[in-house]
Amino acid sequence: MKELVIHQEKVDEAVVAQLQAVCPFNAFDWVNGRLSVNAACKMCGLCVKKGPAGVVELVEKSSAAAIDKTLWRGITVFADTTEGHIHPVTFELLGEARELAAVVGHPVYALLIGSNNQADAKELLHYGADEVFVYDDPKLAGFLIEPFTAAAADFINKIKPCALLVGGTNAGRSLAPRIAARVKTGLTADCTSLEIKANTDLVQIRPAFGGNIMARIVTPNHRPQLCTARYKIFSAPPKQARAKGKITPMQISDAQLQSRVKVLKTIPKELGFDLTTAEVIVAVGRGVKSKKDVALVQKLADLLHAQLACTRPMVEAGWFDPRRQIGLSGRTVSPKLIITVGISGSVQFVAGMKGSETIIAINNNKNAGIFNVAHFAFIGDLYEIIPRLIQHIKK
Amino acid sequence: MKILVCIKQVPSSTTVAVDEVTGVLKRDSAESKMNPYDLFALETAFRIRKDKGGSVAVLSMGPPQAKLALQEAINMGAGEACLLTDRKFAGADVWATSYTLSQGILKLGHFDLVICGKQTTDGDTAQVGAEVAEFLNWPHAANVSRIESVTDKHIDVLVNMEHIIQKQRIELPCLITVEKDIHTPHLPSYKRQLLTADRPLQVMTLKDFTDQDEHHYGLNGSPTQVEKIFPPSHTTEKQVLTGSGAELANRLFELLTARKMI
Repeated sequence: MKELVIHQEKVDEAVVAQLQAVCPFNAFDWVNGRLSVNAACKMCGLCVKKGPAGVVELVEKSSAAAIDKTLWRGITVFADTTEGHIHPVTFELLGEARELAAVVGHPVYALLIGSNNQADAKELLHYGADEVFVYDDPKLAGFLIEPFTAAAADFINKIKPCALLVGGTNAGRSLAPRIAARVKTGLTADCTSLEIKANTDLVQIRPAFGGNIMARIVTPNHRPQLCTARYKIFSAPPKQARAKGKITPMQISDAQLQSRVKVLKTIPKELGFDLTTAEVIVAVGRGVKSKKDVALVQKLADLLHAQLACTRPMVEAGWFDPRRQIGLSGRTVSPKLIITVGISGSVQFVAGMKGSETIIAINNNKNAGIFNVAHFAFIGDLYEIIPRLIQHIKK
Repeated sequence: MKILVCIKQVPSSTTVAVDEVTGVLKRDSAESKMNPYDLFALETAFRIRKDKGGSVAVLSMGPPQAKLALQEAINMGAGEACLLTDRKFAGADVWATSYTLSQGILKLGHFDLVICGKQTTDGDTAQVGAEVAEFLNWPHAANVSRIESVTDKHIDVLVNMEHIIQKQRIELPCLITVEKDIHTPHLPSYKRQLLTADRPLQVMTLKDFTDQDEHHYGLNGSPTQVEKIFPPSHTTEKQVLTGSGAELANRLFELLTARKMI
């Protein structure tokens, strides 16, 4: 148990001012000569590390019993077949799992839940799984949240895997939290990078606090370690000609596969536009001042045979279809060329496009975050550059 | 139909940065607003109430100032409002946040339906709804793009998957998280604001819960820990181009031509 303790005897107005300046969450209250921490505190510890020395202390009261991490083995990937075929994010995660497993000398497992799925199980062996654990039952056809959670929890209880990586599909992002709550473990959403320590602690790296900050997140005293990662964040390994590894059928009782949800109908989505396959993208952000000006950038995109994409605020403003949004809450893209126009480059946006081969950024603020990842940083006013560029191309 | 909507107060500005020298977090402003995705959850609840009758309550967890977000929900048409606030809840990750919310929900009484927004703009995890459902032992559906019909026994919804849409029938009580744009939210009413200005908000702390074990809340109840925060990495090979608009347009044209884009 950790607790923040304030040494009131060291507190005066100057100290309060210092602490309030250090705290990013406005969690210090100074009332009637007494300093207290309110519920806005995120326990980030900055007041301890960066505040006036010795005023605020993080005190360990009594530590919970440490778990035996050696009992939990295997980097597992949830094989997402919820829409009838193996979602490619599964292969990407198998590649990542192999790299993590090599560090700690663990096997790579795949967890396959579905119906009539022997062919899928064999396919997973071609992508480097050492062992595929298969739940095969007509009650597990399609995607039903309760039976799927039950099967995953059954797997965790029987096999005790060190980590479970889940693809950030809509099904995966609905299933992973359900599993985490059931087996009481941590869950980190949308990791953009993963590392593993010698003691098998998975370091889950993702943007944090909704801003331009990255966080290293660990699950120090719970197993399995559970995280999700979006499609196209990691690279898929090449398919191996020979399948190594084995397939292990798993049993689960009928009673555990009950569902209070019924799928009445499955409707294919209209095959619409897919930003992730575009080779050239022109993306716009809030530097573009009006909806009318979007047409200007659209013209440039048309001339370059590029797809037009955007940042989240543009979707929130209702100027764009969400399918054109790049970023953590939108699509992850890795085109040959991306030109960002008037985009400052939040971590969330950058996470969705930093894999692009060439990044050209146009922004009038030389300190814009986008320039940290751009290969070509054009510092200037888009309204002075884009119309002239269009004229050049038309000539 | 008794409906509960979970909402969160989030910072208005998402410009947060780490001072590279001191490692201190810098936030642009202290201003807050209601998580925009929650507006769609509220609107969904109001529409079901209009069709089926019943009530819409709102629940939030956060610092005392999060009352403002609850007040805004009341101004939009919510009935009862409750804030879960306690220093012991500080530093909660997804598990501890969801557990705290589920304890609050159990204490508030019986609901037929809990509705959450798709995600928040600060945490951005989109996981809390599903974990709350698990703690309540209720079924749930995430990414709900349409409510097809509601009866006393079940709710029919369209669930947005990757390439397909599932039409699901879910037994009540259940929890759903709704997509942005499921309905257009309406604005808070000034008239309602005057009418409800002195309506008291319910406040609950750890002492009001059934489970009062401090180890299950806040930082102590959180399986995950932030080990370190750091500024994002930079691309090393970078060409910086400056000059007049005309010069930059020329340089960009040359660059695109050299890359055979034109």
